[in-house]
Amino acid sequence: MQSQTTNILIVGVGGQGTLLTSRIIAQVAVQMGYDVKVSEVHGMAQRGGSVVTQVRYGEKIYSPIIKRGDADVILAFEKIEAARWLDYLKPDGLVIINNERVNPLPVMSGKAKYPDNIHEKVAALVKKTIVVDATDIAVKCGNIKAANVVLVGMLSQVLGLPDAEVEKAIRAIVPAKALDVNLAAFQYGARHLTD
Amino acid sequence: MKKLMIGNAAIARGAYEAGATMATAYPGTPSTEIVSNFAKYDGVYAEWSPNEKVAMEVGAGASIGGARTLVAMKHVGVNVAADPLYTFAYTGVTGGLVIVSGDDPGMHSSQNEQDNRGYGRFAKLPVLEPSDSQEALDFTRLAFDLSEEYDTPVMLRVTTRLAHSQTLVEEGERVEQPLKDYKKNAAKYVMLPGHARLRHVEVEKRMEKLQVYGETSSLNRIEWGTKELGIITSGVAYQYVKEALPGVSVLKLGITNPLSQNLIRSFAEQVDRLVIVEELEPVIEEQVKAWGIKAEGKEIFTLLGEYSPEMIEDKLAQIAPAPGFGLDKEIPGRPPLMCPGCPHRGVFHTLRKMKLVVMGDIGCYTLGALSPLEGMDACICMGASIGSAMGMEKARGEEFASKTVAVIGDSTFVHSGITALIDVVYNQGTSTVLILDNDTTAMTGHQEHPATGVNIRSQVTNKLDIEGMVRAIGVKNVRVVDPLKLDQLEAALKEELNRREPSVIITKRPCILLKNRTPDAGRYYVDADLCTGCKLCLRVGCAGIYFIEEDKKAVMHSSCAACGLCPQICKFDAIKKVEG
Repeated sequence: MQSQTTNILIVGVGGQGTLLTSRIIAQVAVQMGYDVKVSEVHGMAQRGGSVVTQVRYGEKIYSPIIKRGDADVILAFEKIEAARWLDYLKPDGLVIINNERVNPLPVMSGKAKYPDNIHEKVAALVKKTIVVDATDIAVKCGNIKAANVVLVGMLSQVLGLPDAEVEKAIRAIVPAKALDVNLAAFQYGARHLTD
Repeated sequence: MKKLMIGNAAIARGAYEAGATMATAYPGTPSTEIVSNFAKYDGVYAEWSPNEKVAMEVGAGASIGGARTLVAMKHVGVNVAADPLYTFAYTGVTGGLVIVSGDDPGMHSSQNEQDNRGYGRFAKLPVLEPSDSQEALDFTRLAFDLSEEYDTPVMLRVTTRLAHSQTLVEEGERVEQPLKDYKKNAAKYVMLPGHARLRHVEVEKRMEKLQVYGETSSLNRIEWGTKELGIITSGVAYQYVKEALPGVSVLKLGITNPLSQNLIRSFAEQVDRLVIVEELEPVIEEQVKAWGIKAEGKEIFTLLGEYSPEMIEDKLAQIAPAPGFGLDKEIPGRPPLMCPGCPHRGVFHTLRKMKLVVMGDIGCYTLGALSPLEGMDACICMGASIGSAMGMEKARGEEFASKTVAVIGDSTFVHSGITALIDVVYNQGTSTVLILDNDTTAMTGHQEHPATGVNIRSQVTNKLDIEGMVRAIGVKNVRVVDPLKLDQLEAALKEELNRREPSVIITKRPCILLKNRTPDAGRYYVDADLCTGCKLCLRVGCAGIYFIEEDKKAVMHSSCAACGLCPQICKFDAIKKVEG
């Protein structure tokens, strides 16, 4: 992974904290001396819409956005968002799905049905699929809002990022008062995949 | 060490390093973070102006007064600022002035996708287009020098993808710019016809000089590769070209107005095939073709939306996009929606229930147009609601007006709703106008505005009294209601719609996301014994309540903000407050 570009697609629902996750991962890549680009979503889509943040790092990065079929990892904060963005995954790529359901507007208003067992359908198509309960783990750490940093932990393991660099990035980005909870959430997330 | 910065933060940094001491803006995606970042620097003045026209005028005054000044807005904001901008392009500057246009190809958060490079040609302004955050910083710095050297405002044109992408930036030192001397110069700054005719001569001379400058400027560069294919590109499209076609020759234009003909001609002559890759309008292409240079552009690439590396691979390298899994086709869409607890929800629920014609406006409340609320008939641009309701009334009569309302947010009303309300009073309309006052500019990320009484630096300042101003305009029927008290709101609407006079209803409740709002007490639950599964509560389109098909019951979701709206809608009193 060192010499080539790493492409990470972080998808979810506006308000779930995808931006913080992408910023921590990007900061780690900066600390490790990579060229880095991150494409973010601001504005209207943040109001509960489908959001995608893209992180790319490597020796030299041009495009801030990832091509279809070129993501090494898709990290989905919500189940159906994993399916929505799956076409961006490399054939041998990895999907991490947070086992969280957030009904989109057409489901809320009864105009569409929330697809059943969508994570199982993803797993049937993608060999490397991991389903996790980041929200439950975050509750154990003492703050439901730390689910995004639990997912940082998992992502960093998958990408082979050193713990010390990730913790340094968390210290640089997360406000001091939320630091302890977030460092714990990171550790829980990082250990979750190896245990 | 290099730092990651979004394009907007890099623009603010570039202006700071260039010695700018002033910045003005009205918030608008994707431009908002430019001046909010600039305001964080010490020793500078920054303001949220009431609208882009004022921002441009304050900027022009600051420049005439000798200060280096940054003015920022989204693409449609430039339409609002166009009047002062076009003529300021004639007067030129004293202190350098850079106007940033944040264009939005793909309309991530906009009502159109106009290409503001067109303004460069129309208003005779130099236009610079950076392609990453480092260039955003460097180009902004240089733009101030060019502005003073060529005596012109300079437009920095960015797109959403640049404005909101983080890339690495090497910061430089700030170079202080002492205020330039102010000397009265009416021939330059008073645009009477006699003066303006002479200034127009200067404008044309300056554009010629800028074209010559562009021939050798480092802002334009050729990266030679194979000569079989040459690409002319600008902005973030350059990055997509480099990603998709690593071996080709590229002429990267940092100055897209005026175009430097000799440079382009020389590049064209040295490649076998010339393709122009530019998002949206064929601004470069049409000029290049007009010079008789053989090129391809919009025959291959679309006029619509954002480009991508795979689009360029597909069109120019014959590499088909990855086939994908197709699972996305089974997935329901996820449009943006109002937050749980949003005060706008009560308004649109009521408007739909009363079957009113709703002339809407720009803000979070535009989401009230979407299913299931579906409470909006038209939305054109900032401030259009009141004028368009007046037009409907004059076209269709007072009877129609008694079923029509205009709906406008507090920030939008201050931006450009006031003059239309004056028209309603002056020309004896009978419109009922709802001002949805949530005490912030919510959609763009909670910026202050004149009626919040707080400035860009979070300092308390003079507060515009919307109610008092509406009365001063001459509206006699003004009332303030809580949008989440549905009975009150409906009664107020009925009464005001029946009046053959202008009325304003201010629905007042702060945005649920504001940190300083008073929290609502309590939590709600659905009493399963009383819930009949009628789904009426789902018609408010709130993520805070959902339905379990197997049980045929509604259930509160953890995101419920306890606003108390759905209990008022439930006919079976099944939604109850948790006691104690």
